[in-house]
Amino acid sequence: MQFTRRDTLVMGAGAAVATFMPLQVFADATEDVSAEFAMGEAITDGGVELTAPEIAENGNTVPISVNAPGAIAVLILATGNPSPKVIGFNFGPRAGGQTASTRCRLAGTQDVVALAKMADGSVKRASATVKVTIGGCGG
Amino acid sequence: MADNVKPRVRVPRSAAAGEAFEIKTLISHKMESGQRKDSDGNPIPRSIINHFSCDFNGENVIQAALEGAISTNPYIQFEASIEESGTFTFTWQDDDGSEYTDSKDITVG
Repeated sequence: MQFTRRDTLVMGAGAAVATFMPLQVFADATEDVSAEFAMGEAITDGGVELTAPEIAENGNTVPISVNAPGAIAVLILATGNPSPKVIGFNFGPRAGGQTASTRCRLAGTQDVVALAKMADGSVKRASATVKVTIGGCGG
Repeated sequence: MADNVKPRVRVPRSAAAGEAFEIKTLISHKMESGQRKDSDGNPIPRSIINHFSCDFNGENVIQAALEGAISTNPYIQFEASIEESGTFTFTWQDDDGSEYTDSKDITVG
């Protein structure tokens, strides 16, 4: 394969963009993860129900549940945790409803966010503030 | 491999066709998040269950990607709806590569 002068220039420009990309990455990890999940779609509020306690005595086990009718995937994020991802659900053809519950660890008082990807590709968001008395990350 | 990993699953014995019902799963696992430090200040390596899936007669019900923020003894509750009798299979995947499974039969009636 031979490269013309034009090809070489284009490749050079591409390489430069790839090299400088990391600079443009959002500082906020939560934003990052949300954007990755949304895959370019705008995130709108509503259409998802996130149930979390207002006050959690123990951050080591905080019950959370999400109900997202019509969703194909749900991602739960803890915005104040060292690593924001909590759990991601993918609903299969035998799912009875797009609802799931689990128990998570929260490092401290913070917002918990649920993102739901609908069958048409749109992304919905719900958030809840949880007050944590004793953090759940040890140390 | 983590010690004493024991999956527990609660599925109704029978269900009505096409009607959603609840399934509860729990597996005993320490879910070491990788964020904690031991008494000497060294980080304790992450050791969690990173994936859970539930299938019914080969068809998927739910898959979950678990992260370090999931509590010890991960509990997952979800809904399924089926048309015929069959078997639910549950699979948990550990960070160390081991896999824990459980299965439950259900009749539609």
